[in-house]
Amino acid sequence: MTTVATYFDNNGTTLLDPRVLEAMLPYLSQQYGNATSRHIYGRSARHAIEHAREQIGDAVGAHPSQVVMTGSGTESNNLAITGVAAMNEGRAIAISAIEHPCVTRPAMALQKRGSIINTIGVDADGKIDDASLLHCLQMDTSLVSVMLANNETGVIQDIANIAEAARIHHAFMHTDAVQALGKIKVDFSDLNVHAMTLSSHKIYGPQGAGALILDKRLDIQPLLLGGGQEKGLRSGTENVAAIVGFGIACELISRELLQHTVAIRQMRDYLEQGLKQLGAIIFGNKVDRLPNTSFFAIPGIEGETMVMALDRKGFAVASGSACSSDSTEPSHVLLAMGIDKDLARGAIRVSLSSNNTLEEIKTFLVALQGELNRLKQLTAMAI
Amino acid sequence: MSVHTPIYLDYSATTPTDPRVAEKMIPYLTEHFGNPASRSHPFGWTAEKAVENAREEVAKLVNADPREIVWTSGATESNNLAIKGAANFYSGKGKHIITIQTEHKAVIDTVRELERVGFEATYLAPEPDGLIDLEKFKAAIRPDTVLASVMLVNNEIGVIQDIEAIGNICRENGVIFHVDAAQATGKVVIDLEKLPVDLMSFSAHKTYGPKGIGALYVRRKPRIRIEAQMHGGGHERGMRSGTLATHQIVGMGEAFRIAREEMELENARIRRLRDRLLNGLQDIDEVYVNGDLKHRVPHNLNISFNFVEGESLIMAVKDIAVSSGSACTSASLEPSYVLRALGRSDELAHSSIRFSIGRFTTEEDIDYTIDLMKSKIGKLRELSPLWEMHLEGVDLSKVEWAAH
Repeated sequence: MTTVATYFDNNGTTLLDPRVLEAMLPYLSQQYGNATSRHIYGRSARHAIEHAREQIGDAVGAHPSQVVMTGSGTESNNLAITGVAAMNEGRAIAISAIEHPCVTRPAMALQKRGSIINTIGVDADGKIDDASLLHCLQMDTSLVSVMLANNETGVIQDIANIAEAARIHHAFMHTDAVQALGKIKVDFSDLNVHAMTLSSHKIYGPQGAGALILDKRLDIQPLLLGGGQEKGLRSGTENVAAIVGFGIACELISRELLQHTVAIRQMRDYLEQGLKQLGAIIFGNKVDRLPNTSFFAIPGIEGETMVMALDRKGFAVASGSACSSDSTEPSHVLLAMGIDKDLARGAIRVSLSSNNTLEEIKTFLVALQGELNRLKQLTAMAI
Repeated sequence: MSVHTPIYLDYSATTPTDPRVAEKMIPYLTEHFGNPASRSHPFGWTAEKAVENAREEVAKLVNADPREIVWTSGATESNNLAIKGAANFYSGKGKHIITIQTEHKAVIDTVRELERVGFEATYLAPEPDGLIDLEKFKAAIRPDTVLASVMLVNNEIGVIQDIEAIGNICRENGVIFHVDAAQATGKVVIDLEKLPVDLMSFSAHKTYGPKGIGALYVRRKPRIRIEAQMHGGGHERGMRSGTLATHQIVGMGEAFRIAREEMELENARIRRLRDRLLNGLQDIDEVYVNGDLKHRVPHNLNISFNFVEGESLIMAVKDIAVSSGSACTSASLEPSYVLRALGRSDELAHSSIRFSIGRFTTEEDIDYTIDLMKSKIGKLRELSPLWEMHLEGVDLSKVEWAAH
């Protein structure tokens, strides 16, 4: 990279915290044992993993024994959906219409093999539609999966209530808390769920580590079979360095959460005031949202074009979720909220971190205004 | 020169990350931290470019096309993906799978799971030297055999299977052929242009790369299809979803590049060390090498010390870090199933040690190990009534033990 851009894509991935890197480095050099080995090299690795397990559990109000280490949030979601389905053949699974592809795709794969998958709709603000939830629960359902905070809009769901409804109908509850962790308080027991997905690289930790927080009452079938690591739930040599990084990242975010969120929310609110003056429509802003996320569109402006234009000006933003920005289909989250297709195509996501500054927001608004004027002139000429 | 104890002789369990590899990884943990799937900004592009360079390095080591390399979280995932993925995709062709009793658990347990959902499996026994009898393999093939999985290098005894011959038998019979090469990269030459192999699993951390990253080779010509096991953003052409850990991929690429450039010299040096170790240990009475010595990677020496109790052996040799079975199963006290499959008795299997030598092993390390083993085995045997009986000429296999 020749120029250092302003990074506004923190829901895509975050910059590793230098303190996390420092904690990881020994495990990329002299502390290289395989955690399954019984000699001192292996026992040191095991010890480091168990320490990280405590840090992760502490950050989300779970017991260390409830923490199943995986390779990523994607893997945790796949494990939850596929793993529960395998133990409950013949029963339905209900997922919301705004889930990340790593929940919807494994559900689709199960559907192809004959499982019943029901979709819970959302309202215009992106919140779970209660009637739709209850309708899904009328059918014998093994698992309900609803994300805690949406990666695109940042909208936060009332997971504890949804979990209660699931419980009444004898369904287990899973929530994807990947985007919520580090941005709002996440507490496994308060949420009242049986399984919860976490990811390291969204909280200033390294890529390559994730976790599924799992209530022992929920039996799941593993995805990966072999050496029997993680009590048989996830075989494969543990990625010690990444797990250590994930652990310390969890400790840091829970210690520093409050001091960061206030500043981040102020920046986001400042940004949105400016966006509104530019005629932007902000999605999900009538309900509880993550403090760092702003998902908006400016009528008549194509999102992909604007993202590219902003990139040339040195701003890294997203036109949708990173994982689906390959495709030019409008966001499935916005479509589920009933947003018009053309407007949805204009969607741009800014997601902030504590590394961003108010100055960057101000410069961004000026750049956006400039690009808008330029694009409007071009459109006027074309007509 | 003094040695640093415990001496690490467990390179088959995992290898240290080569400092050159770690150095290459660190920038991708700091300034180049983008998500390679982000297509809208240079943070993502830089990461994507690094991922593709690494893919080329991995492909080069095994003479494959970069488009045939799919990233995974490690060899366990590669084995699961290859076996479940191919078996499910081609299940219309047949439901019989052949594998070997001495495969890694990641293969055995995956095949067992497929049995649970309606496949049938043959677990072929190896010969006492650990190698497969080609005629027996041929005889195991049935008209409905869809997949065979055979490891290139065994993790416990280091023997090298004749993958080319086995692959040719598979080709002749229209059987898809998967090979677990986790223990082979950097140790034996792998040429996938020539080898009749359809799917091959790789691991980074057995070849001086980082943990948490591996790859699966999926042949393009003739094209092999697999059913994805992890679904999501559609990464890796839909075969394996999930955000790629860029720094780990970069590390695997660099590790495989170093392996390609240095394996010839390195293997010659390691062979000299292994032979030195073998010569030294052969001075001890009643030692048995497990597995064929000729068809074997130079890094491995697996030896049973007769008339020594397994657990006390491990306790006695604390100054060396070794395995008494595969790293992945050494948590249990069951004797190694690999050694049992070779026909070794429980006692000999229990009293076995796998010495695995690597890039940072020195001649001093080996000499220290030889001295340590000689002295400790001697002491343990002094305490052993069985050893005493053996010296007195009692044939222990004919002794009838009284129950207490």
